[in-house]
Amino acid sequence: MGSTARSGAGPCIEAAGLVRQFGKDIRAVDGIDLSIGYGEIYGFLGPNGAGKSTTVHLLTTLLPPTSGRASVAGHDVSTRAGAVRQAIGVAMQEVALDPVLSGREHVLLQGALHGLRRSERVRRGGELLEAFGLAAAADRKVGAYSGGMKRRLDLVLALLHRPSVLFLDEPTNGLDVPSREALWHQVRRLAREDGVGVFLTTQYLEEADALADRVGIIDLGRIVAEAPPGQLKAEIGRPTIEVTAAEPAEEMAVAATLALFGSAVPARPGALAIRVEDATSGLVEIMRALAANGLALGHVEVRQPSLNDVFLAKTGRSLEGATEQAERVGA
Amino acid sequence: MRRSLIQLRWLARRSALRTLRRPAAFYPSLLFPLVLLVITTGGLHLSEHVPGFPATSYFAFALAGAFVQGALVGGVNAGVDLATDMQTGFLNRLSLTPTPRRLVILGELAGAVVLALSQAALYLIIAVASGVRLASGPGGAAVVLALTVLMSLAFSSFGAFLALRTRSSEAVLGTFPLTFVLLLFSSFFMPRALMHRGWFATVAAWNPVSYLIEAVRGLVITGWDTGALARGFAVAGGLAGLAVALTALTLRTRSVAA
Amino acid sequence: MTAPVQSHPPLRHAALAAAGIARRNLRTALTTPSLLLPPLIAPLVFFAAFCGGLSVLADAPGFQFTPGYVAFEFVFVVVQGAVFTGIFSGLTLARDFESGMARRALVAVADRRAIVGGYVLTALGRAPVTAAALYLAGLAAGMPAGGVIDMLVLFAVTELLAAIGALWASGIALRIRSVQGAPMMQMPAFLGLYLAPAFVPLGLLTGWLHGAAAVNPFSLYLESGRGLVAGHPVRTAETLAVSAVLIALLTLWALRGLRRATAQAS
Repeated sequence: MGSTARSGAGPCIEAAGLVRQFGKDIRAVDGIDLSIGYGEIYGFLGPNGAGKSTTVHLLTTLLPPTSGRASVAGHDVSTRAGAVRQAIGVAMQEVALDPVLSGREHVLLQGALHGLRRSERVRRGGELLEAFGLAAAADRKVGAYSGGMKRRLDLVLALLHRPSVLFLDEPTNGLDVPSREALWHQVRRLAREDGVGVFLTTQYLEEADALADRVGIIDLGRIVAEAPPGQLKAEIGRPTIEVTAAEPAEEMAVAATLALFGSAVPARPGALAIRVEDATSGLVEIMRALAANGLALGHVEVRQPSLNDVFLAKTGRSLEGATEQAERVGA
Repeated sequence: MRRSLIQLRWLARRSALRTLRRPAAFYPSLLFPLVLLVITTGGLHLSEHVPGFPATSYFAFALAGAFVQGALVGGVNAGVDLATDMQTGFLNRLSLTPTPRRLVILGELAGAVVLALSQAALYLIIAVASGVRLASGPGGAAVVLALTVLMSLAFSSFGAFLALRTRSSEAVLGTFPLTFVLLLFSSFFMPRALMHRGWFATVAAWNPVSYLIEAVRGLVITGWDTGALARGFAVAGGLAGLAVALTALTLRTRSVAA
Repeated sequence: MTAPVQSHPPLRHAALAAAGIARRNLRTALTTPSLLLPPLIAPLVFFAAFCGGLSVLADAPGFQFTPGYVAFEFVFVVVQGAVFTGIFSGLTLARDFESGMARRALVAVADRRAIVGGYVLTALGRAPVTAAALYLAGLAAGMPAGGVIDMLVLFAVTELLAAIGALWASGIALRIRSVQGAPMMQMPAFLGLYLAPAFVPLGLLTGWLHGAAAVNPFSLYLESGRGLVAGHPVRTAETLAVSAVLIALLTLWALRGLRRATAQAS
């Protein structure tokens, strides 16, 4: 089934006001709206505890929503969960495989559970095992597989029944660079050639940058930004220079000098930070100006854009702080 | 319907394979009831000479305990395996297929029931090879196997219920000593009529395991004791019904996602 | 330059280290119900079940034990309880390897034999609690109290059994370094205990079990223990001698395990 078969179809994933609450106080997903098309790769970025995996669990029918609605492949996740599961493939964050079964046994089991005919299970399973470099190890028990092999098998199982929507929950965690890039290549091909809608959760900006057509940033259960990666990069894809004044009394003078060279952005406590167009020339100019005003610095740091900067820009908090807060709230 | 049977078959196959491919866990579960049977027969052989003892062979008398013990331990193991699948996320994997949730759970249990049946068949073969003649004949052997299936379904369902409630293999494993308590405070070693301590006889009378043991024992040493059989099947059926109902209710109210 | 650390002579140092390990283990057990209760409750359950369900055996021809079946079984469960208290201590060592605490001890203690000593001391500290609980349960069930000296000797024998169990299990723990070794610790002890006159006297066992029980050292402990309970001590000196031999052999077993653990930890 290629991309033309799905072009013109509605969104493959749609959500409106999606909420998932645990207990009385914990809102792991706090009103998410989504509209993702077939053939699109949507990157879902956020720190640990932001609600990424809970969102995936809601969309894949593992958890019922507390309120709001969502549909996947045109089926409501609450009322037509079976149809949703028929249409989706999921590679989960925890690569849940049975160590005493072989790769091929996993494939046959998964195929049987998806209702594939035996001949189709064998043929399609063989093709995918070959495509993902697992044919030679197919009859070995999964307990003997490396981490990368397990991730690849997970993807084989997710694709076995030719899903129209693919959920990848932090799929490259623990993979080395070649394996990660091979996985990216497969994901791009699925979306571009087969028209599969891909919902990808990740902690890594460069992964979203490499793969995603659009990126949604989630923090404390809410989407705080949603844009193509190029657009996000344009907003925050500039380096930041962070300084501390050598004398606390001179902090205001340092801030006034910095303001001439870029826009102020949130910084660590006791520090001042501005975003500049170019790190090298910006730093030289700033140092000259400070020296000319007789101002000394205690600490200077140049940072390229990171997920932390995205968070600082969007939430006013640093990523480490975001993780601790999410853990306190239980998101 | 056909698709459901195929799904159930594959899930049961996986469940059974998982146990068979862990010899360090499988063989002790299989052999320990036999070891206990042999040891207690040697130690309690003298019981054959106690006035009123209902059998001429203590081995034949005690054989019934092995079937019940196997089903009880198998039930705990089924619960531990299900909880482990929840902890590792494998149950999520199964739940992400179109297979209905109740079938996923049933498939996990079906493997345990198949193993219990195989175990019971092995014990019957060993018993006959050791010279035990079932008083109820081949028909009785079939009834023993049927009762084993029902017992195994009951205890595996209780194991599944605990797994779904606790989501912890350690918590389910923590109930393992309870299986010994249930066996020890029953008619496992002695018939209730020869229990001199009134309190113990009362406890054994209230213990459902006593009726399961007595149903199997009747088929081995007495013949067609319809009263014991009726009580045994009623208890096994009642336990199975209760356990399945509890499991189904828990499945409805709790998500399987870890 | 700082002054060198003043330390105790080596033997005292080792004793202090062993005592420290035992103190920590005992404190942990006392404050953790899941560690405290099972080794205490299990023997009581067995005691109740055997006395409640098997007391009719006292009516069997040839069964003679004046203090009664409760006292007869009391000896078995107190022996079983002591052995398994020792094994539980070895299991604690295995858990400590999994958690990393044992490695901490390996790098901290000068004479590592003190580590084994610590876990044996732990068993010696716990065994009297189990024995006392069983004794009180026996009294409540109508068992005669027995002579004071006889009971003290019996409790001393249970301490030796606890040490034997701890040394055996520690040897396994030092080799396997994981709770996966639990069946290897427990199964030989279980078989040893039940291939002995567990339910009836040795003279009333027949066939292969009589042969096995006749050469089983646990039979000696049961016989001498029942003699003490009946007020007619028999083979007590033999029991102490066998205990000394077993403790010596199992100490070597445990220390060889320690050497293996040390070699593979470095």
